[in-house]
Amino acid sequence: MASVTIRDVVKAFGATQVIHGVDIEIADGEFVVLVGPSGCGKSTLLRMIAGLENITAGEIRIGERVVNNVPPKERDIAMVFQNYALYPHMTVAANMGFSLKLRGAPKSEIETRVRRAAEILGLIPYLERYPRQLSGGQRQRVAMGRAIVRDPQVFLFDEPLSNLDAKLRVAMRTEIKELHQRLKTTTVYVTHDQIEAMTMADKIVVMHDGIVEQMGRPLELYDRPDNLFVAGFIGSPAMNFLKGHIRGNGGLAFEGPGGVRLPLAVAPGASEGRPAVYGVRPEHFALADDGADAEIQVVEPTGSEIQVVAKVGGEEVIAVFRERHQFNPGDRIRLKPDPRLVHLFDEPSGKRLSA
Amino acid sequence: MTDLALERRARPPMRRITAWDRLKVNRNWLGFWFMMPAAGFLILFLAYPLGLGVWLSFTDARIGRDGVFVGLENYQWLSDDAVFWMSVFNTLLYTGVASAFKFAVGLYLAILLNQHMPFKAMIRAVVLIPFIVPTVLSAIAFWWLFDSQFSIISWSLRQLGLIDANINFLGDPWNARWSVIFANIWRGVPFIAITLLAGLQTVSPSLYEAATIDGASRWQMFRYITYPLLTPIIAVVMTFSVLFTFTDFQLIWAMTRGGPVNATHLMATLSYQRAILGGYLGEGSAIATAMIPFLLAAIMISWFGLQRRKWQHGEAND
Repeated sequence: MASVTIRDVVKAFGATQVIHGVDIEIADGEFVVLVGPSGCGKSTLLRMIAGLENITAGEIRIGERVVNNVPPKERDIAMVFQNYALYPHMTVAANMGFSLKLRGAPKSEIETRVRRAAEILGLIPYLERYPRQLSGGQRQRVAMGRAIVRDPQVFLFDEPLSNLDAKLRVAMRTEIKELHQRLKTTTVYVTHDQIEAMTMADKIVVMHDGIVEQMGRPLELYDRPDNLFVAGFIGSPAMNFLKGHIRGNGGLAFEGPGGVRLPLAVAPGASEGRPAVYGVRPEHFALADDGADAEIQVVEPTGSEIQVVAKVGGEEVIAVFRERHQFNPGDRIRLKPDPRLVHLFDEPSGKRLSA
Repeated sequence: MTDLALERRARPPMRRITAWDRLKVNRNWLGFWFMMPAAGFLILFLAYPLGLGVWLSFTDARIGRDGVFVGLENYQWLSDDAVFWMSVFNTLLYTGVASAFKFAVGLYLAILLNQHMPFKAMIRAVVLIPFIVPTVLSAIAFWWLFDSQFSIISWSLRQLGLIDANINFLGDPWNARWSVIFANIWRGVPFIAITLLAGLQTVSPSLYEAATIDGASRWQMFRYITYPLLTPIIAVVMTFSVLFTFTDFQLIWAMTRGGPVNATHLMATLSYQRAILGGYLGEGSAIATAMIPFLLAAIMISWFGLQRRKWQHGEAND
């Protein structure tokens, strides 16, 4: 096992630069999730760690070794691909043992290691089957088995769950996390799904347009997003943003669209009239008599909670309630954000304004 | 309410279903008629000539004279005919050597063409040229290349000082055999290369990436990934190649007419010479019919090669 250090890494395809100087420190045994919208460079970065793409500038280390010019097979990594990339003409056992076979490992050793990995993943009954005869989840497991068998220093996952249906995805999420807790191998996991990132990661790296927007523990990112992008990306349903100005006179408050006044707990070192974006998560609204006037547009009960789309000062916001209120479209309610849990962002830079 | 229900029930009684009604909706009956045009075509242009050919081989028919049934006399005659046996040998040599080389060169070319390189589309198109040039045209070109006096090959080698006298390409039996085999390879490679290239392009690039990470060298990738995944298409393309080569006529006829001294006669050319030029339809047909067992054997081999491999079974939702 080993740490992975990414220092000032740049990637360009011809004249187009897609990764603009990324620094990430991944500790030994850590589960790091690279998350971001498609085209943010997260997969490219992963492939650079794997050695499938070369590094235009900067440095990647696995352990103490700089691997910029080390071919993939000598990096001691294993990768799970989005489409699994199982060899269709080999049985499950042969797929899992292929890397050992190439290394010239003795047959008995291959067999025991494949068997051990298959036991961990519950693949024993399928060892003699071909990939075509397996379900999506089983194929996914074989792909992981292929990685486990090699006992590498680092596991790389490239959107491994996006080809599975929703229910299976949740199950596999847990399985991968359990596997990591069991093997404690350093893992870099790429996904565009922020829920996967939140639930699985020790550390999340949010990427956007080839740069790292923020990195930290999942709840850190949730509670204190550095900027508008992270605030909007992490959390579902997404955080509500209301543009307006900070008002200090006559009690600290935020003047939102249509002159709506919203509460603020602390003054973010800001002057009267400073333009800003007011961010509030859907679950941080409460019904209160002194709340902002809102007109309900849509009510979406999910069973465990009720999502309400309402208009505040002409802007749509989403509020989530755990209580079973009787809401109907057209009803007027008063929504009050919890002032301790709201976020303020500078306009137009989008940076967090901290108290 | 009740009236309405009664009214609805009082429809005229259903007509009795006749056999013709049932036939009209019978899928097999309909399918039979859909199949008829194709079947008729095949019977008229394939089965009938084949049957006629086999029948003729049991008669002493000559051009302009209906034959009478003579049993196996033609075959007995051929079994003692050294020229016939030489044509069998030539055909097997021609097919075996040419097919093997066509496969090797075609596969190599396909792999080369599958790489990223500048002007890829143009190079792929250029490769097809031997295939699109009419056979007779390319045969005449080869005829010139292999000419005993004006051969550019002989000339070049002479200029290089490698030989003193012109090589008698088409005048010496073995030279002639290798020359026509070479021409056949040149002509047949594009078909195999392009077909295998199509096969190569169906192999997902992520498999090679996975193999790279698994630590496979380029040769191991070919040996363990490319080749096994290509076997189904290799079976198809080689079946066709063997059948076409075994029954080749044009190239030989345009280049050597079976000469020198029957050294390059294939069964097809010999059959034509005996049946049409010589007028002995019965004997010519017997030579042609004698090709059938060989072709059947080739088809049987590829039939088993073509069987879906075990890994191709199962769901296709990958």
